[in-house]
Amino acid sequence: MFGLLLVTFLIARVVPVDPVLAVVGDRASSETYARVRAEMGLDRPVAVQFGRYVGMLATGDLGQSALTREPVTSDIARFFPATLELATAATLIGLVLGVPAGVIAAARHNRWPDHALRVVSLFGYSVPVFWLGLMALLLFYADLGWAAGPGRIDPWLDDVVPARTGLLLIDGALAGNGAVVASALRHLALPALVLGYYSLAYISRMTRSLVLEQLGQEYIAVARAKGLSETSVLWRHALANVLVPLATVVTIAYAQLLEGSVLTETVFAWPGLGRYITGSLLSLDMNAVMGGTVVVGLVFIALNLLVEGIYRRLDPRTR
Amino acid sequence: MSAAAEIAPSSDFAARLARWRETGRAIAANPAALTGAAIVLLLALMALAAPALSPADPDAQDLALRLAPPGAHHLLGTDELGRDILSRILYGSRVTLAVVALIGLTVPVAGLVIGCLAGMAGGFLDAALMRAADVFLAFPRLILALALVAAMGPGLFHALIAIGLAAWPPYARLARAETLAIRGRDFIAAARLAGASPARILLRHIAPLCMPSLIVRASLDMAGVILTAAGLGFLGLGIAPPTAEWGAMIAAGRRFMLDQWWVAAAPGVAIAVATLGFNLLGEGLRDVLDPRQR
Repeated sequence: MFGLLLVTFLIARVVPVDPVLAVVGDRASSETYARVRAEMGLDRPVAVQFGRYVGMLATGDLGQSALTREPVTSDIARFFPATLELATAATLIGLVLGVPAGVIAAARHNRWPDHALRVVSLFGYSVPVFWLGLMALLLFYADLGWAAGPGRIDPWLDDVVPARTGLLLIDGALAGNGAVVASALRHLALPALVLGYYSLAYISRMTRSLVLEQLGQEYIAVARAKGLSETSVLWRHALANVLVPLATVVTIAYAQLLEGSVLTETVFAWPGLGRYITGSLLSLDMNAVMGGTVVVGLVFIALNLLVEGIYRRLDPRTR
Repeated sequence: MSAAAEIAPSSDFAARLARWRETGRAIAANPAALTGAAIVLLLALMALAAPALSPADPDAQDLALRLAPPGAHHLLGTDELGRDILSRILYGSRVTLAVVALIGLTVPVAGLVIGCLAGMAGGFLDAALMRAADVFLAFPRLILALALVAAMGPGLFHALIAIGLAAWPPYARLARAETLAIRGRDFIAAARLAGASPARILLRHIAPLCMPSLIVRASLDMAGVILTAAGLGFLGLGIAPPTAEWGAMIAAGRRFMLDQWWVAAAPGVAIAVATLGFNLLGEGLRDVLDPRQR
């Protein structure tokens, strides 16, 4: 946690851009320069600066974005729900399709469903997400017209419903506005499917090896000897015993989507955190970049803690 | 067990030879590893022979022939400046493989050294090194690389440093775990009693035993490195134009995608094939070298 802040602070410090110069311009006198430098606290020792930085973060202040002229915190609050919506939808797709696919592949070990899944997931491990996103846009939006184009919603429906959660699907439903929900869904479908494919590749692969491991255990032989149907053995006994590690796998998949979303959001012009970070990056808006990076790091840590919590709750051995 | 292993080797050298032959045989019998190795080898050849294979100069512009569709003259068409896409993909493989080679040769070694040191030394050094690893693991790799490149400025060298800094912790952890497992074994105690220095124990007895798991991890990781490097290139943070780089080529082709899809499509296929090669090789090697994960 502390180290995380130290790293972002140090990264921000090595930027070759002089933040003072960015504020005063290169025509300012040396007195003005010194005054602004003192105002920004840059004349103090590095350790003091770091202390101030941590103090600011502790009070939820990530500084001001040079680009939007708003506090970075409120920028992030505006952009984060879009990422949350996308990542959640993608993980759900990966979960709903990936777990059954993995179980079936394990049950048909080394036969065609297993091989088919192997090909599907290897493809998912190998294809760059930004390229797949572009090709999906080309095929399903430009050629076939099945999905809506880039963006989160049709422009004329923007800001129609009050933002209560920031999640357009939920906000639309709360306001009872069917058009908003439908439009948001049409825009969400393609990026969520593209990202969901990566989560599917990972989740199904892990489910497969977890279930395979269980199928070699003695209790499975006992269950079979009792005369239980193969369906029951597989879906009730074997699957129940992989739920704990599977919860970890899903959380990791979710965290990985944060990373995939940086590129996906760029491709789909999705106004989320990833796009905020890359957009700020290109205009050298370091407060915004570091704020975004800190938030992503915190979410990452939070998800890891969540995994540990899940372990404690679900696995009686760790109690 | 094959015949080669049953006959007791007559010397140290013979034993080593026999073991290499065993490993080689296992790899040859593994279709995934073989396919992966073939793809990687082809890529390497492609990168080395790019000047001979390329039908045109990758940087030669021909504005009269911009965005030409694939055809007899330009097999994969031309880009927005009339440059031959096939030649640019061939030359782009040099950048990709250079990144893979540099990262693949340095980062695992650095991780090995750090991990073994931490595992052997224990105490404060161990805690400090592992906390540092945890910090770097707390960020998604691409985002950390992104922030680092942003801080240092775009360019191939900076991208390499960023990818390297984001990639070392898993190796260090792996090497540390292996070291901890090996440290207490009898043969290490025997070596110590025989008067071997800690450095010698580390280099001659522990590090070699960490190698298989690190090699497996590295070959699987190289696929991720290709994707990260391409992602940085796509975001405009990789090698400076006009040098051909696959990720940047996709970014450039994106603007013309609706009418000239081949400009963006071709480099994507190249990235996917290269990544697939390393994934297959890594999975195959894992099956062969790491029996625990079979």
